[in-house]
Amino acid sequence: MKKTYLFTLGLAVGAILPFIGCNKNKDIVIGGVAPLTGEAATFGTSTKQGYDLAVAEWNAKGGVLGKQIKLAFADDKGDPAEGATVYTKLIEQDKAIAILGTVMSKVSLAGAPICQAAKIPMIATASTNPKVTDVGPFIFRACYIDPFQGTVGAKFAFDELKARKAACLFDVGNDYPKGLSEFFKAKFTALGGEVVGFEGHATGTSDFKAQLTKVLAAKPDLLYISDYYSDVAIMAKQARELGFKGPMLGGDGWDSPKLIEIAGSAVEGCFFTNHYAKEDKAPVVQEFVMKYTDKYKAAPDALAALAYDAANIMLDAITRAGATDGAAIQAALGKTDLRVVTGQVKFDEKRNPVKSAVIIEIKGGHEVYKTTIAP
Amino acid sequence: MGTLKKMKLVLAALTFYAVVQVLNLAGILNGYFMVIINRSLIAVIFAVSLNLINGITGQFSLGHMGFAAVGAYVSGTLTTLFFHLNLNHPFDNLGFLAAILLGGLMASLAGFLIGFPSLRLKGDYLAIVTLGFGEIIRTILNNISYVGGPRGLLGIPKFSNFTVIFLFALATIVLIRNLVQSSIGRSMLSIRENELASELVGVDTTRYKVLGFVVGAFFAGIGGGLLAHLLQIAHPTQYGFYASALILIMVYVGGIGSLTGSIIAAFSLTFLTEGLRVGIDWLRDTVGVPIGTEWTMVIYAVLLILIMLFKTEGLMGMREAKILIIKEKEG
Repeated sequence: MKKTYLFTLGLAVGAILPFIGCNKNKDIVIGGVAPLTGEAATFGTSTKQGYDLAVAEWNAKGGVLGKQIKLAFADDKGDPAEGATVYTKLIEQDKAIAILGTVMSKVSLAGAPICQAAKIPMIATASTNPKVTDVGPFIFRACYIDPFQGTVGAKFAFDELKARKAACLFDVGNDYPKGLSEFFKAKFTALGGEVVGFEGHATGTSDFKAQLTKVLAAKPDLLYISDYYSDVAIMAKQARELGFKGPMLGGDGWDSPKLIEIAGSAVEGCFFTNHYAKEDKAPVVQEFVMKYTDKYKAAPDALAALAYDAANIMLDAITRAGATDGAAIQAALGKTDLRVVTGQVKFDEKRNPVKSAVIIEIKGGHEVYKTTIAP
Repeated sequence: MGTLKKMKLVLAALTFYAVVQVLNLAGILNGYFMVIINRSLIAVIFAVSLNLINGITGQFSLGHMGFAAVGAYVSGTLTTLFFHLNLNHPFDNLGFLAAILLGGLMASLAGFLIGFPSLRLKGDYLAIVTLGFGEIIRTILNNISYVGGPRGLLGIPKFSNFTVIFLFALATIVLIRNLVQSSIGRSMLSIRENELASELVGVDTTRYKVLGFVVGAFFAGIGGGLLAHLLQIAHPTQYGFYASALILIMVYVGGIGSLTGSIIAAFSLTFLTEGLRVGIDWLRDTVGVPIGTEWTMVIYAVLLILIMLFKTEGLMGMREAKILIIKEKEG
């Protein structure tokens, strides 16, 4: 009996000990949140690397407001409950003056009320759910929202690809693909096109032939696949096997070198909307791609770019605010007009960035910049 | 004197409450601590109620968070979508309590339904049924757009706070303890020890097995409702198999059949996760050990393995702390 209590006591003391005596340095602390483990771990890794790169650059230039920047990073595991805990930790324990993150909308939605209540400005990097910034005036985001990407996709399909009959395929268990398909459908129909198929599939399946056969029977000119690259690759292959010859179009979930690796020629001549193109000649883009590739030995994906941008937007706002209090930074953020990797960023009245989207074409086994579509 | 002894648990709990509140007001426990304590208390509700099903009645449920999902969505729908309850309105707090209880009742209805297969199935087979149940709940929620579908139920008002969660956790512990140490609890224990023998001596095994599920599910539903009103979001992915497994781990680490163990494990494992998070940052930044944040889960898993190796029966085994035992009158 005594041994048990001692054991428990030891466990408790061991668990509580690290909390004592933290953060006594004089740096400016910026919080960073991303899912390093869990279902979105690959996105989280890119995101963290984006934060790290931006903060390292600013520190090399002398930091912000004459002080070095310390990035207090926390893993949200892609879970809302963890999210609520880590946002509180960064604010209360690490005394972060501003927070970057996070990727998944459900986690940002759990973190946003905490930042709003503490009046700590927050920039979500890749949370596309419109509700995130609705939480309050301290919540911003670096990416465009679902309606925008779906709308741009529909515009491109109708105007440039001259498609008149489209079919949508998406994962019903995931808010992002579902939202994208819904907004694509709305815009495409409004433009005068016809959506001849609108089929969801369950999360984690790898056989889409039933859904594909059904939508292909209606003879669409174009398939709009709003899933993530892993599903897209399999779906594209199966669509080709079933004899579909037209173009396929998707969203930024396609942005991964793995897509072409898995799908091969099946995705040749397909398009997707994205946040930026690596071939963009703008110096800020080229410099970012070069530095990132140099440091991490991998090409930066859209999530890394968005994280890098979020950090730059925040640090730029702190510089302009000239102060570290939340209200001043929030006011400065609202007046942002900055060229970052994913475009010229200004915030609208709902604190969503107003910027353009690019269309990427898959040509000869490579991702090639096709065009830019303004909102 | 007798009443005082009976009240010991409540007194201890109230002392805990007062100490936390005072330390919080004094600024020693910051908001981060309060979040961890709140999450620990909700974990206590989940672990103790699962222990009733798995530990006391000897059934095996892998879908405990499925019940929590029912409670979270029912209460969240009521407070957010039906009645648009407002934090600033004093009477709405009562509405919130009613919604939480109703969520618990709906969850216990689900527990009643899932209790039926348990009449026919045992062990691994029952585990698979409950696992399936959890997944069914998740899939249904994904496909109801009224409650947000895969986007989750958003904008839930933040009614849960330390006081509310503490009171519910205390009520859970007291009620389940009383149940376990009553004749009903003895019957449940007898089913765990030997179902055939208990049936032979006249225990209505069907009734007590279903009752175990119903009561366990009720409190899981309450916990789910509290969690949703704490995080201000209920999302289908929160209630999957992984979340249920975490609760199951707490029950086993604490000691299967020991309520004390579940309480200790719920607290220590929740604190441990956060302690590792802070500890690893400290190791990296202050000591200079090159270790990434993602190692948290590795160390956590290694610690679990060590606990299971050296304390196979869990921290408490099947014992209860004295404070949780109701003394029988002598003579």
